[in-house]
Amino acid sequence: MAVSTSAAKRLSRPGQEAVRTRGWLAAHKWLLLRRASQLTILALFLAGPWFGVWLVKGNLTSSLTLGVLPLTDPYALLQSLAAGHWPYKTALIGAAIVLAFYLLLGGRVFCSWVCPVNLITDAAAWSRRRLGLKTGKTPAEATRRWLLGATLVVSAATGSIAWEWVNPVSFFHRSLFFGWGLGWLALAAVFVYDLTVARGWCGHLCPMGAFYSLLGKTALARVTAPQRARCNDCMDCFAVCPEPQVIRPALKGSGSPVILSSDCTTCGRCVDVCGQDVFRFSHRFDQRSAS
Amino acid sequence: MADRPDMPATPDLPRAPRGGAAGTAPAPATPEQGGPASGARRRFLNGIAGAAGSACLMGLGVGLYSRQARALPALALRPPGALAEADFLAACVRCGLCVRDCPYDTLKLAPLGDAAGVGAAGTPYFSARQVPCEMCEDIPCVKACPTGALDHGLTDINQARMGLAALVDHESCLNFLGLRCDVCYRVCPVIDQAITLEKMHNPRSDRHAMLLPTVHSDHCTGCGKCEKSCVLPEAAIKVFPLALAKGKLPEHYRKGWEEKEKAGGSLIGDQLQLPARGVDTPPASPIGGAGLPSAPSHPVVPSAPPGLGGER
Repeated sequence: MAVSTSAAKRLSRPGQEAVRTRGWLAAHKWLLLRRASQLTILALFLAGPWFGVWLVKGNLTSSLTLGVLPLTDPYALLQSLAAGHWPYKTALIGAAIVLAFYLLLGGRVFCSWVCPVNLITDAAAWSRRRLGLKTGKTPAEATRRWLLGATLVVSAATGSIAWEWVNPVSFFHRSLFFGWGLGWLALAAVFVYDLTVARGWCGHLCPMGAFYSLLGKTALARVTAPQRARCNDCMDCFAVCPEPQVIRPALKGSGSPVILSSDCTTCGRCVDVCGQDVFRFSHRFDQRSAS
Repeated sequence: MADRPDMPATPDLPRAPRGGAAGTAPAPATPEQGGPASGARRRFLNGIAGAAGSACLMGLGVGLYSRQARALPALALRPPGALAEADFLAACVRCGLCVRDCPYDTLKLAPLGDAAGVGAAGTPYFSARQVPCEMCEDIPCVKACPTGALDHGLTDINQARMGLAALVDHESCLNFLGLRCDVCYRVCPVIDQAITLEKMHNPRSDRHAMLLPTVHSDHCTGCGKCEKSCVLPEAAIKVFPLALAKGKLPEHYRKGWEEKEKAGGSLIGDQLQLPARGVDTPPASPIGGAGLPSAPSHPVVPSAPPGLGGER
């Protein structure tokens, strides 16, 4: 199968057509909003240690906002339960709030709008496209779900919160808020891994992503392809999507135009890069389709 | 790799990835696959086996790593109320809320790759020599813990057992040299209970006393103020995690003097005072008598110290 050079070049910079037709800002709307969300969350955590403004204490694993709102990562708490510890009410309430939020909105909204490692993996994906790298054997997509199960088994077997020994998401936050140590090495490793293996970390390994994906079955916030008839097969959305397999059923199927897969991170990059305005942000019940 | 959606070879549609996301059509069969069903099934089974295998390997790696990492004797002193280390690691989500609520910046989160043995990465600890625990009456760090890794049942800071002080270096402790330093004793928040000064004869000068700082585990909270304040360049008194500092008597051991006090009297009754016969007259046989020491004036082993059957 011969690769046309111009197509390869275009796909190293997806979204050019959208920039031409809608302008740079509109063609990066959701990306900018997403970065704003990620950085705002980091800023809220950092305002305390850096400037003494204690709006949020703790980190992504467990935090306390304004002294009243507890939030706890349900996946970490699940491992704690597996390890044989019944947590206090505060942590349970915190986890329940987080669970409810992501069940409603879509589990992997966490991955694209909150998780700080997304900044690293997006940077790796961007570099990979620009450098035209095609290397790396991607592990099976189901690996992350098996790993999710394995971390719970290991937690039970070792009596400790297993994934926290290696979790780059925690390293990122703790390194930034409590002092670096060698945490940056783990983050560099994720970058290098994603540079050599397409979407290797978030898309195939991260059990945290797999956990939040499980919460996405009933998610309300969804991307839909109401104008899928306009699709000119330019492949920009597939090139930019962190979970490209989720697009096809909605874009090319005859059923619902809504991207219903719980692996969709609802990042909205497909909305941004599509020069034909095929996609839009909507809710899961939005069945409007021009086709 | 030609079927990866991010690397389309032709403008046609990307195929479903291995393992098959729900709702995607199976990839078209090619002649060597022997039909769509068997090809798809083989790919599916291969994918599952690969995924399960690699996940199990990674899980095993994580498990072995955590086993090995926790086996290191952590020198970390945990915050007050911390569960025993094994339970603590099941409960602590490493959020650092205890660190944030400590008003004296005593607590830190262990950084990744710290070789000093301060505990699993991300767990809270403090170094007594740098910043000891100030033993706040309201114990804010314990209250901040959302999971119970720090036991909220601890309401009296004097009941905390963060570690145990031990006067480890008798050779450089100034009081052991016969000087009056006493700083560790005087800064102790549980003075005269956790640390006492035990008066001993100074055999070197033969005319002075030595006042030896002595730690009592019944009362020592492990706050580390003694270690912090030791005037030596390297502290002679140090606080260790309980597991490192404490010895352990065998279960069946009883201390006679404690049992006696508990029972309000000797449990074995008065000892028989038998007359020492054959002491006054020299033995008839030179073989039996030559090696015998002169008879003691009292029936005890002379060299045994008090408390071990000796007499004072």
